[in-house]
Amino acid sequence: MVQLDFAAVLADWPLLLRGAALTLALTAVAAVLGVGAGIACARARTHGPPAVRALAAGYVELVRNTPFIVQLFFIYFGLPSLGLRLSSETASIIAMTLNLGAYAAEIVRAGIDATPPGQLEAARSLAMTERQVFLRVVLPPSLGRVWPAMVSQVVIVMLGSAVCGQIAAQELSYSASLIMSRNFRSFEANFVAAGLYLAMAVLLRQALAWAGPRWLFGRIAPTGR
Amino acid sequence: MIEFSVWQILGNLLLAARWTVALSLLAFVGGGLVGLSLLVTRLRGWPGAATAVSAYVHVFQGTPLLIQLFLAYFGLGLFGIDVSPWVAAGGALTLYASAYLAEIWRGCVQAVPRGQWEAADSLALNFGEKLRHVIAPQALRIAVAPTVGFLVQVIKGTALASIIGFVELTKTGTMITNATFRPFTVYACVALMYFALCWPVSAFSRRLERSMRRDH
Repeated sequence: MVQLDFAAVLADWPLLLRGAALTLALTAVAAVLGVGAGIACARARTHGPPAVRALAAGYVELVRNTPFIVQLFFIYFGLPSLGLRLSSETASIIAMTLNLGAYAAEIVRAGIDATPPGQLEAARSLAMTERQVFLRVVLPPSLGRVWPAMVSQVVIVMLGSAVCGQIAAQELSYSASLIMSRNFRSFEANFVAAGLYLAMAVLLRQALAWAGPRWLFGRIAPTGR
Repeated sequence: MIEFSVWQILGNLLLAARWTVALSLLAFVGGGLVGLSLLVTRLRGWPGAATAVSAYVHVFQGTPLLIQLFLAYFGLGLFGIDVSPWVAAGGALTLYASAYLAEIWRGCVQAVPRGQWEAADSLALNFGEKLRHVIAPQALRIAVAPTVGFLVQVIKGTALASIIGFVELTKTGTMITNATFRPFTVYACVALMYFALCWPVSAFSRRLERSMRRDH
């Protein structure tokens, strides 16, 4: 007979809450930096000189074709031998940012590629500089077009951050591991963690779907009066 | 500390890569079978089936694969089953893959125009015949590229099996690191191995996608 004891796990709720908070914090920082890196990389791949294009493509392919856990271990365990010692939280943020950046680059690029040529011509005929064309005409609607895919990717990175517990970043899965080492309720601890991750995924998805149109690619405020 | 040359490291990792490939294939094929039955259940239109399948997909897409692996590992243990890493990792990855594949393929089936279903109905085909002769041939053409693309996801996912003690590429990398104290070289080699496995699959999927777009 299987006896489950969830009370033993839930008694440690402050630990779970702290873990969930760190997971969200890591995700928030990585999301901002990663989407920024993705936009820069997408611009490099569409507008940059050939060498920069190749470099950006190499980065994207390298990250997309290796597992996140290996990237994380390489940064956390491998880089110190080059004299770069990182805390587990910093290493987690760097790995998550690099990871999200590569996927975001491909997502943003798809949006940029779908820009109607007429809009570019119209912008250039207004004597906008290339930089203005990109930031004001190309980028906002491109982000709008691909926002659902971007939101999914950020959620995937948040779920992927469970691995950061393996380098002792004290996020949610680490809390679960800590609880199971205390009371040996391994299944229950992970079950509760899974429930929390699921709730966080739903909330994050809704928050981003709400925030995107308002702050990132909504109507650009008119500059004239 | 043990001295390993880079060639010895690569040789050992290459041997370990067999298990990454084997686990990936197991999860991909198993996930394909379960995913297909989920999809068919959904298409059947039984009451509640669509809700149940979509809840299943949401749960697996909304929780970390790592936690799913832990749940499989410790959950089977609760029933007194002696859990080998093969069973836990194979089982969890199969369910994980099935949720994603069911969702990918649902999109492909939806891309088949409604008129095709109606035409099949008007020919008095039963459910199995409709799927086999009308819907599947058209949906399959659309499904090939994203399905091959998802294989990359599965290969990368198997790296997490290392945490529950499945000795594959990543676990072997960790073990060699512990013996040699050369994490930089070893994890770089591990990453290269994964790249060598995944990149051809990604490139193949992209080529399929391009040729599909050309045909239309």
